[in-house]
Amino acid sequence: MSTVAAGDHHDHPESPYSIKRWLFTTNHKDIGTLYLWFSFIMFLIGGVMALVIRTELFQPGLQFVDPQFFNSMTTMHAIMMIFGVVMPAFTGLANWLIPMMIGAPDMALPRMNNWSFWILPFAFAMMLSTLFMDGGGPAGGWTLYPPLTLQTGDALPFVILSMHFMGLSSIMGAINVVATVLNMRAPGMTLMKMPLFVWTWLITAYLLIAVMPVLAGGITMLLTDKYFGTSFFNAAGGGDPVMFQHIFWFFGHPEVYILILPSFGVVSSIIPTFARKPLFGYASMVYATGAIAFLSFIVWAHHMFTVGMPLAGELFFMFATMLIAVPTGVKVFNWIATMWRGSMTFETPMLFALGFIVMFSIGGFSGLMLALAPVDFQYHDTYFVVAHFHYVLVPGSIFAIIAAVYYWLPKWCGNMYSEGLGKTHFWLSTIFVNLTFFPMHFVGLAGMPRRIPDYALQFSDYNMMATIGAFGFGLSQLLFLVLVIKAIRSGNKATSQVWEDAEGLEWTLPSPAPYHSFSTPPAIK
Amino acid sequence: MFAIKRLNAWLGLAFISVVSGSAFAGQPMNMTPGVTDISAEVYDMHMIAFWLCVVIAVVVFGAMFYSIFAHRKSRGVTPATFHESTTIEAIWTIIPFVVLIALSIPATKTLIDMYDTSDYDLTVKITGYQWLWHYEYVEDGVDFHSKLQTSISQINNDEEKGENYLLEVDNELVIPVGKKVRFLITSNDVIHAWWVPDLAVKKDAVPGFINEAWARVNEPGIYRGQCAELCGRHHGFMPVVVRAVPEAEYRQWVAANAKPESATEYAVVSQ
Repeated sequence: MSTVAAGDHHDHPESPYSIKRWLFTTNHKDIGTLYLWFSFIMFLIGGVMALVIRTELFQPGLQFVDPQFFNSMTTMHAIMMIFGVVMPAFTGLANWLIPMMIGAPDMALPRMNNWSFWILPFAFAMMLSTLFMDGGGPAGGWTLYPPLTLQTGDALPFVILSMHFMGLSSIMGAINVVATVLNMRAPGMTLMKMPLFVWTWLITAYLLIAVMPVLAGGITMLLTDKYFGTSFFNAAGGGDPVMFQHIFWFFGHPEVYILILPSFGVVSSIIPTFARKPLFGYASMVYATGAIAFLSFIVWAHHMFTVGMPLAGELFFMFATMLIAVPTGVKVFNWIATMWRGSMTFETPMLFALGFIVMFSIGGFSGLMLALAPVDFQYHDTYFVVAHFHYVLVPGSIFAIIAAVYYWLPKWCGNMYSEGLGKTHFWLSTIFVNLTFFPMHFVGLAGMPRRIPDYALQFSDYNMMATIGAFGFGLSQLLFLVLVIKAIRSGNKATSQVWEDAEGLEWTLPSPAPYHSFSTPPAIK
Repeated sequence: MFAIKRLNAWLGLAFISVVSGSAFAGQPMNMTPGVTDISAEVYDMHMIAFWLCVVIAVVVFGAMFYSIFAHRKSRGVTPATFHESTTIEAIWTIIPFVVLIALSIPATKTLIDMYDTSDYDLTVKITGYQWLWHYEYVEDGVDFHSKLQTSISQINNDEEKGENYLLEVDNELVIPVGKKVRFLITSNDVIHAWWVPDLAVKKDAVPGFINEAWARVNEPGIYRGQCAELCGRHHGFMPVVVRAVPEAEYRQWVAANAKPESATEYAVVSQ
């Protein structure tokens, strides 16, 4: 296959220890690897921030940090985890997997691919540097609501610039996915034959292209309000602080589906393999993904039920939000129907995928409760909401990303990981993630607001539990790091098939996959 | 290898005990039914939605765990090959849809009641500041600030924490029982949110805009809440305390605290 490799491409990578290889690489696998390691490093940094929060909340009273720094930890933790962990991890998976899944040699736009990755370390270095600036880091929440966010000190323009960079990087990554999927499929790979991971990413890419510019517009208006005398969000000058919330959540709600749709693709790949049975309802999975993406654009104000919208607005956003339960339900039912009368085994990727289905559904249930506007008045801005979105993001998105790493790692590095350690990692993560986030439902319902550094005495037991869980969950992820490094260095050799009867073009390539995936297009059945 | 397998079995058991054990801590873990008709409706709807979710979870996870138990390779089953069924897929699209419509009807009704601020008996204008509240009784001519009373030494752990730690204020909002009290909510600086769980009222205080909410409290008592929208450094330290008293007691309280000239002034302005 190397005979048809393009002229200026190297057939083999330079040494992995050469800095130039990683700086100048245009190879989809190298860039995918960079994204995934970057995401893991950000996961550790964002995780330490979470532990600062949980340490302060271990007991009532102020013990360790100043409330302003506490607020800046909650703000930064969210920005790190959303823009620095989940989004880059999915882009990393897209880079590694999409060309292999559709029978292409590489991504469509390799130089832009390099650029979209290398923006990120600079963007996040700038974001983190704001913690040392006069007035501290951003402390108005990741939602950046004015007027509070306009009280930020010197950090504000740097925060906004770094968010522009993150947005630029995601838009470029998304354009690359669209260009690759629409132009580089092997002959015979029709759209409705694509693996669901490719489908969910294609739809995610369109969401990104649609909403990242909206965020860019919103935060630029914040900048001009602060420094150039405009009054977009200042009622005294004819503006409206609530308008920012509409702009932000018009970005923000599709954004939360950007954070979950590729997970649906990952789980839809893993369940059929370990159930040894084809995915149930492939077409309805594709349509459900499309329906979720469409609905994501018309539900944004359910984040704002208490801002004082007119009754008609409240009702519209309540009904539209409840509708999301229908396509999401279809997905869960289809996964279970895939398992039904299969012949299942429970390797680590399958365990994480099953954990995903159960715990993501728990997040879905609390989501349905939150959709009921009159009841949301009691839930809004409490720990019930914190529990809800952490259930969909941690045992949701993060578990799916971990499942994907276990599932495709043998293809990436050519070695198997340790199944025993993998299962330990799964059980520790599952125990601690529930110990962390389940009690948050209770304190939220009992009346504990979110984003507070200190709390009334009746919330103390569940907060203590959550803190213990958070440390356990954080430490368990170090086991994951050890396991991945061990697999790369010294695991048993993997076959090209890796998993019994796994479907998909990536399993037709040798393990580890060659530097250029498909130099000649594969035949599609 | 054997040791790791045994460890994993123990971890599985530990998981089950964590999930069941977390329910026995003895502190409040559910929403309050509150002290107004609306808050009781909200609580009922919350419980209906909760039990509905429990039923769905039992059915869906039940099917899943049965499948995990019964359809495993180690039991020597050969996998089926079916992969679609339009009938089944239509059924599990339509059933949730019907359930959602059933759920949205009472929610719509309650929401319409919550938005009906007409026929009120008195009005309190609430203004959020970083980090305290200002209350102004529009008809009765009383106004005052209300801020956290918990001592710094309690917050800094130098003194034992009192029963109402962080939920006590210097001047409570006094309202009459059985009267429809309208709240006009705004802010002087950043966005705050005025929240009292027992009244099921949570409304953002937005600078430059006035939001409306209302409550008719059924039982005398002291009801505590907090600012619910991140408003800066002391966001966690601006509680709301409402004292609901019988009407006669409320009248006495007004007589003792009113500033007559400011009330007329305001009444003239608001014409």
